[in-house]
Amino acid sequence: MHYHPVTSEDEKIILKAAGVSSFDDLIKGIPASLRYPKLDLPPGMSEMEVQNLIREFGKKNLSTKTVSSFLGAGSYEHFVPSVVFEIIARSEFLTAYTPYQPEASQGTLQAVFEYQSLIAELTGLDVSNASHYDGATSLAEACLLAARHTGRSGILVASTVHPDYREVLQTYLSAASFGLKIFGHTSGLAFNRAELEKAVNDGIAAVVIQSPNYFGTVEDLTGLADFLHERGVLLIISGNPLSMGAIKPPGEWGADIAVGEGQPLGIPMSFGGPYLGYFAVAREFMRKIPGRIAGLTEDSKGNRAFVLTLQAREQHIRREKALSNICTNQALCALAATVYMTLMGKEGIREVSEINMDRASYLREKISQVKGYKVDLNQPIFNEFVVVADKPFAQIEAELLKKNIFAGVALEKDYPEMKNAFLVCATETKSKEDLDAFVYALAQC
Amino acid sequence: MLISNDSRLSFEKSREGRRGALLPTDRLAKAARLPEKLMRQHAPAFPEISEPEAMRHFVNLSRKNFSIDTHFYPLGSCTMKYNPKVNEWAARHRKFASLHPLQPVSTVQGMMQVMVELEQGLMTIAGMDRFTLQPAAGAHGELTGLMLVHAYHAARGDHHRRKVLVPDSSHGTNPATAALVGYEVVQMKSNDRGRLSVEELEKHLDDNVACLMLTNPNTLGLFEEDILEVAKRVHAKGGLLYYDGANLNALLGIARPGDMGFDIVHINLHKTFSTPHGGGGPGSGPVGVKKHLIPFLPHPLVEKKGDQYVFSQRSPQSIGRVKAFHGNAGTLLRAFVYMRSLGLEGIKKTGRDAVLNANYVRVKLRDAFKPAVDEPCMHEFVLTLKPEQASPFSAGSAHAGQSLHASDIGKRILDYGFHAPTVHFPLVVPDAIMIEPTESESLETLDSFIEAMKAIAEEIRTTPEKILQAPYDLPIRRPNEVLAARKPILTYRDYLREKADSPQPRAHSLV
Amino acid sequence: MNFPENLKYTKTHEWISVSGNSAKVGITEYAQKEISDVVFVELPKVGFAAQKEKGAAVVESVKAAFDIYAPASGKVTSVNKELESNPGLVNQDSYGIGWFFELELTNVAELGSLMSAKDYAAHIQSAAH
Repeated sequence: MHYHPVTSEDEKIILKAAGVSSFDDLIKGIPASLRYPKLDLPPGMSEMEVQNLIREFGKKNLSTKTVSSFLGAGSYEHFVPSVVFEIIARSEFLTAYTPYQPEASQGTLQAVFEYQSLIAELTGLDVSNASHYDGATSLAEACLLAARHTGRSGILVASTVHPDYREVLQTYLSAASFGLKIFGHTSGLAFNRAELEKAVNDGIAAVVIQSPNYFGTVEDLTGLADFLHERGVLLIISGNPLSMGAIKPPGEWGADIAVGEGQPLGIPMSFGGPYLGYFAVAREFMRKIPGRIAGLTEDSKGNRAFVLTLQAREQHIRREKALSNICTNQALCALAATVYMTLMGKEGIREVSEINMDRASYLREKISQVKGYKVDLNQPIFNEFVVVADKPFAQIEAELLKKNIFAGVALEKDYPEMKNAFLVCATETKSKEDLDAFVYALAQC
Repeated sequence: MLISNDSRLSFEKSREGRRGALLPTDRLAKAARLPEKLMRQHAPAFPEISEPEAMRHFVNLSRKNFSIDTHFYPLGSCTMKYNPKVNEWAARHRKFASLHPLQPVSTVQGMMQVMVELEQGLMTIAGMDRFTLQPAAGAHGELTGLMLVHAYHAARGDHHRRKVLVPDSSHGTNPATAALVGYEVVQMKSNDRGRLSVEELEKHLDDNVACLMLTNPNTLGLFEEDILEVAKRVHAKGGLLYYDGANLNALLGIARPGDMGFDIVHINLHKTFSTPHGGGGPGSGPVGVKKHLIPFLPHPLVEKKGDQYVFSQRSPQSIGRVKAFHGNAGTLLRAFVYMRSLGLEGIKKTGRDAVLNANYVRVKLRDAFKPAVDEPCMHEFVLTLKPEQASPFSAGSAHAGQSLHASDIGKRILDYGFHAPTVHFPLVVPDAIMIEPTESESLETLDSFIEAMKAIAEEIRTTPEKILQAPYDLPIRRPNEVLAARKPILTYRDYLREKADSPQPRAHSLV
Repeated sequence: MNFPENLKYTKTHEWISVSGNSAKVGITEYAQKEISDVVFVELPKVGFAAQKEKGAAVVESVKAAFDIYAPASGKVTSVNKELESNPGLVNQDSYGIGWFFELELTNVAELGSLMSAKDYAAHIQSAAH
């Protein structure tokens, strides 16, 4: 076994040192009826054979590297610089443990500190933690914080928040006995402000808005934070962080908490995970922030040092309902995001955001000219938008798949009133040729 | 010097005009810009550094870390085994890494087959009937598991079951998770052999118990010998048994939680199945259940229908989703590759070698320190300090009256080139030092570690003050965690604000 | 260890100093030693209706957080603002400048069930064994 150094000679040495005559003497406390179960597993393989096996499985997948993909809806195809892959492949980052021994982990801890700094800058808020599992669980944690802080148990969630996220919220909040209420959206595919304002009362801890929302709309939140704060309600904004390079971030809207999916920041799509839930708050919530957080301090010699800090709350169980759950972070994914954001830098993060807007805007304009498809050119978008066809999307999807194109994500399943509608995403990975080919293929359907 | 002592942040290396990455310059749309009120007003103060500078910055950071690939990591309860590189090759393969989660199912049959076959492997290894692969980590798996417990009892109208029993040696996540789901947590005392006795169970077991959460072997590395009787009694009272899979590595090929009577199991793929810890994640925590709990599993599940792989129809009793999309697919793929590489014989050898290696280190250190329970262990064991080690300073010395703690031993072992074992856990043993070598280590490595621990024991006897100030040979020493918590500096902006009081960074220098 | 005679004590290691209808509350020297370096104190808001034996404040050390319980019921009239910038005062002088909050008592009879310095010292002793 190439992962197992212990030889049969070594085993003899160990048993002798332990003063037993056989391995079974070491496990004699295990009831005989339980010992040595029959496992239904295939035999092991050499590395070469395993690689061949994986390649065989791979043949049954069509990847977005060979297919022109216009899929978005919470997971995005972006260009990731080679440096990112080099750094996350470094043994010292990849195979390190959680930095509980700071002297042995300054690399990880400083990288986390830089991550926190970058996320705070990007979201326009004051403090970020070291991350959560994904955007959905990060949102759930934000709602729990809001409930803790306000002492209220109702959460209002826009219908324009990602359907998976709303489902995860439902699961988490009902486990903790909190109430979730959904408010709707307008025909313009933006959240319904009037409906929201009517639903706010003093049992509401927070309002959750996603922007850009599930339909791709960049929401206008003018005056919302003030309206809510006057009523003791917190504003949680869930958003695509890549959009914040050029588009107004949660901090500039007066949000209390910013959460969302960090996958667009240098993390491969990997069929849905592992991803990166970012979590940033305004300064007043600093001591209530869940999860891990790195801080800058000094060591016994007066040198700069990084440590995990504000850990007390992780362990604190109050007599009344405990409102914190231990959260690990997604360190390696956060590292990928850190390297990505650092390489992009001040100019690059704005540029990549602008190119996304450019590609989506161009594509939408072109589609608006094709018979059989409707788009709303007035809808302000980042890199996704809704197309309504005159035939079922399943047909279009199948037709375009034959032409090596993933046409988009169907909307009718989660929004039954949106017949024949689908969500199209165009990122900086799409050239003019890719976009024109897509439009042409749609026209041929 | 070999390892740079530069402690500057990337922000502090920034110079206006430097770029780390370039992007296409063509623009296609006439007017993509949004109304001004929707545009960002203040640019984010990201650093501006070039690609070579970024590469050097991050590579040098990595060199300040201990890692499995560089050091032996005997962290009890963490299973720091070797992370095979072919797993990384697979996870990065374009046919897997660039799959979008919402692609038509017909285009991802290979990935879905991996998930189904992984599930089947986990089922036979753990002795369970079905798994959800959605949870993203161990704690996430625990939360899922307890929500399953809650849903199961609620469906039977058993709303009076408000208690969850845990042993006092349990991991901190157990009570926290149980409390979040609205349960009252009751701790049971371990006996003097470190185990849960049937007598102790009977003191707390009644019709109000929703579930008993256990890990087996327990956090002392000892097999819960009365598990069959414990399971029988909990079930007789209508309760469920939950298995925390943190210590599953000890059982591979030797025994199965499903056979012991556990109804729900979570597995830590980043422990037992070799997926890399990455400095603190990502992980993956699949949850396995027995038949009677299948209807409650999170949706969707992946399954084979005929010769096609599909997402299951939603069960009406499902607890819902615990994560967006399908789970940490990249991590699941790594675990699958590992499982197939090992195969039946490899899985069996893993559990066996883990137990052998732990017992080897245990007997060699039983005189140098004090074993918490002096018996053969499974894959890990706990030591503590002898009274004279805990109070090693004589009355006349400069440190008279001061104690030495497990954490001090942990710091000193870093100087010897090993990562510290887990210290101060489990809480039932004062000054606990938990050691788990794993099956990945050679006898020679174990011998070096044993020598180092014996040397430290000698240092405690002759020059204990040396331990108090350890470590000596690392980039930083004994950071001030109290200051970090009193005056939190959590971002570069915070640092700029507090600048006067904070230590100034050092660029690479000879001093 | 020092337990001033003029104070009353709770089993959960808080002290209360009473004068007429108002009282001052803090934690004992034993408590601050057990907690070790205090990094943060979450104090109640002025006007908060503290209830006897119910949580009124939280003390944090590096690794743990501890609930502080009101020794008697009353309305919080002032809090020790110094603790915000200098939580270490709790360790430094737990009976003096490390005080937590002041109360306007609503039920003076509750003081009867509190411990004297002597009883508290005995309570510590028995807890240690």
